[in-house]
Amino acid sequence: MAQQTNNETRRLSAGGRIDRSKPITFTFNDKQYKGYEGDTLASALLANGVDIIGRSFKYSRPRGIVAAGAEEPNAIMQLGATEATQIPNVRATQQALYDGLVCKVTNGWPNVDNDLMGWVGKLGGKMMPPGFYYKTFMYPKSMWETYESYIRKAAGLGRSPKENDPDRYDNMNQHCDVLVVGGGPAGLMAALTAARGGARVILADEQNEFGGSLLSSKESIGNKPATEWVDDVVTELARFDNVQLLTHATVNGYHDHNFLTIHQHLTDQSFDKAPNGKICQRLHRVRAKWVVLATGAHERPLVYGNNDVPGCMVANAVSTYIQRYGVVPGKDLVLMTTNDNAYRAALDWHDAGHNVVAIVDTRKNSKGTLVEAARERGMTVMLGSGVVDVQGSKRVTSVSIAKLNEAGDQVEGSVIEVKADTVASSGGWSPVIHLSCHTGSRPVWSDEVVGFLPGPSQQQQLTAGAMNGAYSTAAALEQGMNAGQSALEKLAMKMADVSVPETETLDEAEPMALFHIPHPKPTHKAPKQFVDLQNDVTAAGIELACREGFESIEHVKRYTAMGFGTDQGKLGNINGMAIAAKYLKQSIPETGTTIFRPNYTPVTFGAIAGRDCGELFEPKRYTAMHQWHMEHGAKFEDVGQWKRPWYYPKAGETMQEALNRECLATRESVGILDASTLGKIDIQGKDAREFLGRVYTNAWAKLAVGKCRYGLMCGEDGMVFDDGVTSCLAENHFLMTTTTGGAAHVLSWLELYHQTEWPELEVYFTSVTDHWATMTISGPNSRRLLETLTDGDVSKESMSFMDWRAMTVAGVPARVFRISFTGELSFEINVQANYGMHVWKALFEQGKQFNLTPYGTETMHILRAEKGFIIAGQDTDGSVHPFDLGMPWAVSMQKPFSFIGKRGMQREDCVRKDRKQLVGLKTTDPSVVLPEGAQGVFDPKASIPMPMVGHVSSSYWSANLGRSVAMGFVKGGHDKMGQKVYYPLVDGRVVEAEICSPVFLDPKGERQNV
Amino acid sequence: MLHIYCPHCGESRDEEEFHPAGQAHIERPKDPDACTDKEWGEFLYFRRNPRGVHHELWVHAAGCRKFFNMTRNTQTYEIKEVYKLGEQPSVVAE
Repeated sequence: MAQQTNNETRRLSAGGRIDRSKPITFTFNDKQYKGYEGDTLASALLANGVDIIGRSFKYSRPRGIVAAGAEEPNAIMQLGATEATQIPNVRATQQALYDGLVCKVTNGWPNVDNDLMGWVGKLGGKMMPPGFYYKTFMYPKSMWETYESYIRKAAGLGRSPKENDPDRYDNMNQHCDVLVVGGGPAGLMAALTAARGGARVILADEQNEFGGSLLSSKESIGNKPATEWVDDVVTELARFDNVQLLTHATVNGYHDHNFLTIHQHLTDQSFDKAPNGKICQRLHRVRAKWVVLATGAHERPLVYGNNDVPGCMVANAVSTYIQRYGVVPGKDLVLMTTNDNAYRAALDWHDAGHNVVAIVDTRKNSKGTLVEAARERGMTVMLGSGVVDVQGSKRVTSVSIAKLNEAGDQVEGSVIEVKADTVASSGGWSPVIHLSCHTGSRPVWSDEVVGFLPGPSQQQQLTAGAMNGAYSTAAALEQGMNAGQSALEKLAMKMADVSVPETETLDEAEPMALFHIPHPKPTHKAPKQFVDLQNDVTAAGIELACREGFESIEHVKRYTAMGFGTDQGKLGNINGMAIAAKYLKQSIPETGTTIFRPNYTPVTFGAIAGRDCGELFEPKRYTAMHQWHMEHGAKFEDVGQWKRPWYYPKAGETMQEALNRECLATRESVGILDASTLGKIDIQGKDAREFLGRVYTNAWAKLAVGKCRYGLMCGEDGMVFDDGVTSCLAENHFLMTTTTGGAAHVLSWLELYHQTEWPELEVYFTSVTDHWATMTISGPNSRRLLETLTDGDVSKESMSFMDWRAMTVAGVPARVFRISFTGELSFEINVQANYGMHVWKALFEQGKQFNLTPYGTETMHILRAEKGFIIAGQDTDGSVHPFDLGMPWAVSMQKPFSFIGKRGMQREDCVRKDRKQLVGLKTTDPSVVLPEGAQGVFDPKASIPMPMVGHVSSSYWSANLGRSVAMGFVKGGHDKMGQKVYYPLVDGRVVEAEICSPVFLDPKGERQNV
Repeated sequence: MLHIYCPHCGESRDEEEFHPAGQAHIERPKDPDACTDKEWGEFLYFRRNPRGVHHELWVHAAGCRKFFNMTRNTQTYEIKEVYKLGEQPSVVAE
């Protein structure tokens, strides 16, 4: 049972955008806590005084909450009240608090406060330097799995649920004129402008409400509080029919041709499991004519010693927690900054009634509006100084401050130590350029902005606000409006009537370009200075990588793992590049940047899959007789999307017993196969016959109406890829059949040649596979059975082998083809698909007297193998031509047109005598069935690796012959009849077989000519 | 995901409806039997793989089933133009 605590020690009594009338109970690491509606999980944890929310990935150091948004590197939670509702890697800063929320830390085993991996971290960087996976854990190789499971458990990478997710997810395809990404001042202004101009607009923001930075700001816009301006704009936008507003919706991928994906959180922000089957999350797939990126900026923390101790935060996050959530995350603050803007954190801290110990400003001078405001409040401002390190393990206890030189790369003078529990730091801002990078645009460094800006893009993309380095609210509003107008112009719509509202102007001094605070000791001896908190990359680690020769920033990234995983370098990348640049004595633009890839933040598999799971994952194709097969206990085989009967076991029968029964019944009396899935292509036109002659290897010029012919289809390389029987229905009308799996490809192949090579031929192709139900009756009694149901004359005299006739069967119109894939007297009955079941049942009614036996694909395979008939795709693999298959009778080299495959199969390599050729394989021990795929050798005593001479392609037990039958490839096999070939198997046995004709049964073909 | 204009349907549709079918303008030799092995091998296997503008054959597989040509930048994925079989491109790859 969870322990009860109610200890909101850090919550202010008033203020913030939380609803104090709606308290919420939640569970973190088996302890209960209280929060309010409007809290994020992170703000509630901070309010409750929870300092440690995990252990670090590599060194297992205690970690606290650092940021307030998507850039949070540490507070990664495992969410879920039940096994089935587990969600890994949820950022506490992005998860809305709801009643009954249950979460655990991802990192930390056995628990965060006493971590078993901590000792590894305490040994310092020596045991786990950058590249430690490669260096430490790779040898011996056989131990890697052991290492990996240990590392995963200890480091904690989240876990997926072991039970099925009970929630429903959704995909939605959308189109719009303008997609605005980000609902801060720039995005709101862009959306408002585009909406007023009449464009179809989607505005998406990852937070629970629009406003962005304005939600934690005390500014005024248009002479009213900024949040009121936000409310007014959102209210107006909501009234437009042409505007869609999406909150909790992260645009996480920007793909080619303005295709963007938006991951929208719905019930997962309010419930552990969605009530009433509501949608949990939705993935919007948006094709936007224009995109306005107004994604804002992330504040960069500074890199200093022990900057990962809980209590070290980003300055802006401190303001956000105070202003938006009424939470002051500590008692005594030290602020370190390179710019004016961050002074807001100290002002907010002070105004909330808490103690600001010192403002440590790395610049020698500063007297902007905010700096003066701090001085007026009597705060200590220490110019030209930096925090070199902090002390404390589970929380900051004291802070060491030293004077810096002008360049900020050397400590000058002595270090003083002050007591404090919180360090807020700001090294300026990094524009959030991730999305613009997704489509391959390289970012461009700006000295003025001290950051990378979006580079030129191939997309229909506009940018506005802080992502352009325009950090002031006034500039953001203006750029937003301009982007909106610009989009309207490009869409050829009229300009909107809109103007930029008034804002306050602040005097701001120049920021300083500083990333890495020097320490009295050299970097590799100083306390760890973290660059990437999520991946435990330190300044010393980056220097080591550079020293070891990894000079390209892409290599530094991969060697150190900087910017990997769910973090994607949001806080650390620029600092890391700056440190590499400093070590390599080059500029940041010379060092370059790594590129960002989708997705911006993690996306659940559920949202990606949407409804396409379970029964809806892939369409299934059923024949017209499927219900009958089900009722008669068929086992099914998947052939492409088709469900084909595999065999029909009777009660108590093993598979082999069922196959034996089916095989014997067919050859002794009559069997029936549902062959509806064979591909059928209707070919018409005056040049249809000529076309067939070009795509098949054999001759078609003289095929008369009423006749059928077997053909092989080859590629231009001469290799067989499909086969089937084509029948002449009328002078300019043919019906082609293909293999079940090859139907779509063959149709596309015919279209390709018709459209690209021979458009002058008048010929049309139509897929008619689903129009016909096809049932093959096969066996000595098949004619007698058919005669009971037809008005046609199916006697030997009037319907020979390879003839087809139109007639009625069971009272319905049918095409009956006398063709055979079993070597028995066979009739393939084709009726309109909706008559299929009727005819099938009628056949069984009459078939009782003949013991009509249904058989599936497996018996079909055995019966054809007894006759040496190939299956394209099983006995061919794209490397065998008709001569390899021993089928020269199916190739007509005399045809006037050089058919597809003719030239290819005459290449030098294709006429070698020692090619692998298809032969029959008769095992010396008739009871042994060779495994398909077994490789043959001529000399089983040869040393390993033995020269392999070909594989077994088809192999079965033949009940009719009382022995095994097999086909396979043997080098030069056609000239080796009677010789032995050996198959060494995995289990140590060596099976001996004799090379023979693949026709094991009725070599003269007497059974089908009756 | 590319947004492709089908010159036969006269509409831009998602890439999902299309299949690429290799390099465009590869003509089957008029007299294959007169080709040497080398010539036939070049027709069979040798294709350009440029970083930049490329002429490709595509088929509107889940639409009209018609083949057409596309001039596309393989680096930026920009589609310069689509044109029907038998037509010549106005933007030509280097």
